[in-house]
Amino acid sequence: MEILMAAVIAVLTGCGIYLMLRARTFPVILGLTLLSYAVNLFIFVMGRLTTGSPAVIGSGTRYADPVPQALVLTAIVIGFAMTAFLLVLALRAKAELGNDHVDGAQVAGGTGHFDKTQLDKTPQGNIGPENDE
Amino acid sequence: MNLSTSMALSISNLSLSAPDFTLLVIVALPLLGMVLPLLTGGRNRNVCALAAAFAPAVSLALLIHHLPAIIDGQVLFFHVSWLPLIGLDLSLRLDGLGLMFGLLITGIGLLVILYTRYYLSEQDSLGRLYALLQLFMMAMLGIVLSDNILLLIVFWELTSLSSFLLIGYWSGNTDARKGARMALTVTGAGGLSLLAGALLLGHMAGSYNLTQILAAGDQVRSHGLYPLMLLLVLLGAFTKSAQFPFHFWLPHAMAAPTPVSAYLHSATMVKAGVFLLARLYPVLSGTELWFLTVTSVGLATLVFAAYIAMLKHDLKGLLAYSTISHLGLVTLLFGLGTQLAAVAAVFHIINHAIFKASLFMAAGIIDHETGSRDMRKINGLWKYMPVTGLLAMVASASMAGVPLLNGFLSKEMFFNETLHLHSVGKFGWIVPVLATVAGIFAVAYSWRFIHDVFFNGEPIDLPKFPPHEPPRYMHLPVGILVILCLVVGVAPNLTVAPLIHAASSAVTGSPLMEYEIALWHGFNLPLLMSLTALSGGLLLYSQRRGLFAFYDRYFHLDQKVLFESRVQRGVVLSQRLTERLENGSLQRYLAVLVSAAVVAGAVGLWPLAQFAGPVPLTPMDGVSLLGALILMAGAVGTVWLYHQRLTSLLLLSVVGLMVALIFVRFSAPDLALTQLSVEVVTIVLMMLALFFLPQATPNESSAPRVIRDITLAGAAGLGVGLIVFAVLTRPYQTIADYFLANSVSGGGGTNVVNVILVDFRGFDTLGEITVLAIAAVGVLAVLKDLSLQAAAPSGWDREPHPPILAVLARVLLPLALLVSAFIFMRGHNLPGGGFIAGLITSVALILQYVSSGLDWMQQRLNWNYRSVAAAGVLVAALTGLGSIALGYPFLTSSFTHVHWPVVGDFELATAMLFDLGVYITVVGATLLILAQLGMLSRPAAVFQEKN
Repeated sequence: MEILMAAVIAVLTGCGIYLMLRARTFPVILGLTLLSYAVNLFIFVMGRLTTGSPAVIGSGTRYADPVPQALVLTAIVIGFAMTAFLLVLALRAKAELGNDHVDGAQVAGGTGHFDKTQLDKTPQGNIGPENDE
Repeated sequence: MNLSTSMALSISNLSLSAPDFTLLVIVALPLLGMVLPLLTGGRNRNVCALAAAFAPAVSLALLIHHLPAIIDGQVLFFHVSWLPLIGLDLSLRLDGLGLMFGLLITGIGLLVILYTRYYLSEQDSLGRLYALLQLFMMAMLGIVLSDNILLLIVFWELTSLSSFLLIGYWSGNTDARKGARMALTVTGAGGLSLLAGALLLGHMAGSYNLTQILAAGDQVRSHGLYPLMLLLVLLGAFTKSAQFPFHFWLPHAMAAPTPVSAYLHSATMVKAGVFLLARLYPVLSGTELWFLTVTSVGLATLVFAAYIAMLKHDLKGLLAYSTISHLGLVTLLFGLGTQLAAVAAVFHIINHAIFKASLFMAAGIIDHETGSRDMRKINGLWKYMPVTGLLAMVASASMAGVPLLNGFLSKEMFFNETLHLHSVGKFGWIVPVLATVAGIFAVAYSWRFIHDVFFNGEPIDLPKFPPHEPPRYMHLPVGILVILCLVVGVAPNLTVAPLIHAASSAVTGSPLMEYEIALWHGFNLPLLMSLTALSGGLLLYSQRRGLFAFYDRYFHLDQKVLFESRVQRGVVLSQRLTERLENGSLQRYLAVLVSAAVVAGAVGLWPLAQFAGPVPLTPMDGVSLLGALILMAGAVGTVWLYHQRLTSLLLLSVVGLMVALIFVRFSAPDLALTQLSVEVVTIVLMMLALFFLPQATPNESSAPRVIRDITLAGAAGLGVGLIVFAVLTRPYQTIADYFLANSVSGGGGTNVVNVILVDFRGFDTLGEITVLAIAAVGVLAVLKDLSLQAAAPSGWDREPHPPILAVLARVLLPLALLVSAFIFMRGHNLPGGGFIAGLITSVALILQYVSSGLDWMQQRLNWNYRSVAAAGVLVAALTGLGSIALGYPFLTSSFTHVHWPVVGDFELATAMLFDLGVYITVVGATLLILAQLGMLSRPAAVFQEKN
């Protein structure tokens, strides 16, 4: 079971990081969510794997470690807040810059390489091209 | 209490007295005194000078007041704990060495203040210079009176900073700026090295208290890190005291106003380096490494700088190199390591300060009256300014080591000490010979200072002609110092001998053997060396033309140009490095960060011999395997199909659900409930956002980029997996037992996770719901005035509110609210609680938004969610404050059992009120975020009105 959990966390981490390295905001947020799962599970399993014995006094003779659980519970909720904030940042960036590239630049030619000159050409100020209507 | 231990460990031959508050006054008064000249600077120059003199005069008077006790062998202490955890305390100590330096700093400081009054022109701000001088004075006094080496370093850095401001006083002058920058770079770098050395030293001695460090000499010298620590400390001392090869900053610091040079670069700042050698002498000296390093650096500096001094045409340049040379002499004496050498070093510090300060002031007068400092132009001034000439002559003779002046006495002692080197074997003759050579150079440049300036024909093209004597009061400080040269030179035993004795005892840290400062020791080798130096110097000066020509032909190294070009090259290199690393691409930053994390993790994991630990694996079952496979497939699918954003999002929700099942599988019902409800809210939120974003991700990553990212992500995933496996197969210790044991008795609840959240770690939870509320408000702020066009295909909103869904949702709402109330109530004892209940309520309400639309909801539930979230935080905080009002610590909970009809025995805890705050915050924040996002597609006016 330990190997299985290690594999699950490894896959979640790897997938999360790959998506976070993408150039568009939405996949980055998806990646961040995957990474959050991985981190939450990581902290959770630090309390070791216990089956059928929740940390409720009186429910059995042995109990799962409640400390990582308490940590992860708040982490899940805060993670939601962070995701929400990133999403609206992405929306704002889309409105201000006219595209959803993480560097705010439309990459020409699809090379995937960042071109700094593109950054200077993007419209500055509060009104993006899509805000004109 | 610290004081008593430090007293007990103090050097045995010194008797001690009670803590003395006046020590603090001595150091701190100049800092307060800074303000006075600034306040009076605009009015009258005399008033300004008097105001500036106030603080140093009081400090000097206090030091003189302590003089009898210190000469008696007492040491005064003052101690206030500052940051005891890191060993930094406001500890001051006044012993012979500190007192001697204190007298020089305040005494010469006062003379400089008087001199500055007449030196500085009307255009320059007198008040500013006085303020900076006093800041510097405070820092110097702090160095010499510190009883804590960390405190000493604080003051040490302060001298570097304040001297930077003083050297750059004429900030319009490019030489002044460059000189100031060079001085700051060199002494500041030395200061960092000294800090490292001091940290090591404190580590080795077990304390940063100087008194304790001085008592731990043997322990320090036998420590393995002693050589490293010694080199670091010496680097600090040598840069400060302008020792070869770090000497080059001092001549360029001559761009400072001359009073500053007279004060900083003769009597005080450059002496801080040799002071440090003296201060740590009992701990650091007495080893071969100390002897070799300090002696050779001192000797090289002594000879080299004396040679250069002779060839400088600039008056202040000559004095600057001469200062470097004399500092080398003092360093060399400390390096020799004998008691009498230490006495000679202390004596020479005093003598050099006196004659060099007066010479700088004389040079300033000449500069002031002729407008030039070039000795090829200023000739024959004797008939124009005989008083200045006379004073300069006496001081210069003292510098050369002419009998009956103080410079002769210490130089004679120095010559004598060089003759008693036994440890270097057959090369012992080198030191006295080189010392004599340096003596010859010293006589030559001293004589040049007199002959070139006051004789040697007529002045050539002086900017101001004819020169005349300066105001009387400008002569006064020079006169006082020159008289001191004479008095000390003629009657040393009646004047400075007791002070030197006290200071030297403090340097060596042990009782001194008998010695005598005498004018006449009979015809012996040191006298012969002195005579050789005198006659050789005069002879050398007579051959100066050939020497100058030789020098001009071969030496054209301009250190300032060299230094500046290196600084510039450093700037260019760091700019290039910054541009390479920081090109504005967040993608690249993230890749660099992940790589760094992978490397750091790999370095940490490498020593692990095997990943599997001793704990046996738990068996795997088929259902778990299936669940894990679905989860992994979901995660990989999310990546695989990430170009189709909606599909990818749906796959992500599969992963989230499977994570919730993992929590169920491994005994974490609270987490499962939380994960489930958060998952719903998150996916709804992402769908909402996706409505406004492009529906597909363009395929724009190049193949190498994809390979790079897969490698990075794979390495990171593999590393994390290995860590998990390694940890899970090892035994562990947990702090859970405490919580499990005290949950019922201390927190009044059986659900330990919830009790931890609302009781044991209630303060953390309060912080976290605050963050949640702030994030919601942040969302509100980012969305302000934002209006986006839907990017989703038109099919998305063909039927916005399907009737079946709307009806079902309305039926579900009261049920869902009931469930959330139930979950909330039982949360303290069974899985549930404020977080989960709040999320369930949110989901139920969001469902209404989704099914029936914003307008429908707003007609029925016209809440300001911002206020709701704030109210939740307030309830939680007030619950905590309530326990303070009742006399308990913040967030102490209390509970009681009540009997409810039908439900049965029920427990009521104040923690539940806190949990209510959590509940309200979660509902408010979640709905605030979602409702705001939902309102995006509507006209901005309506949006504004609501929140």
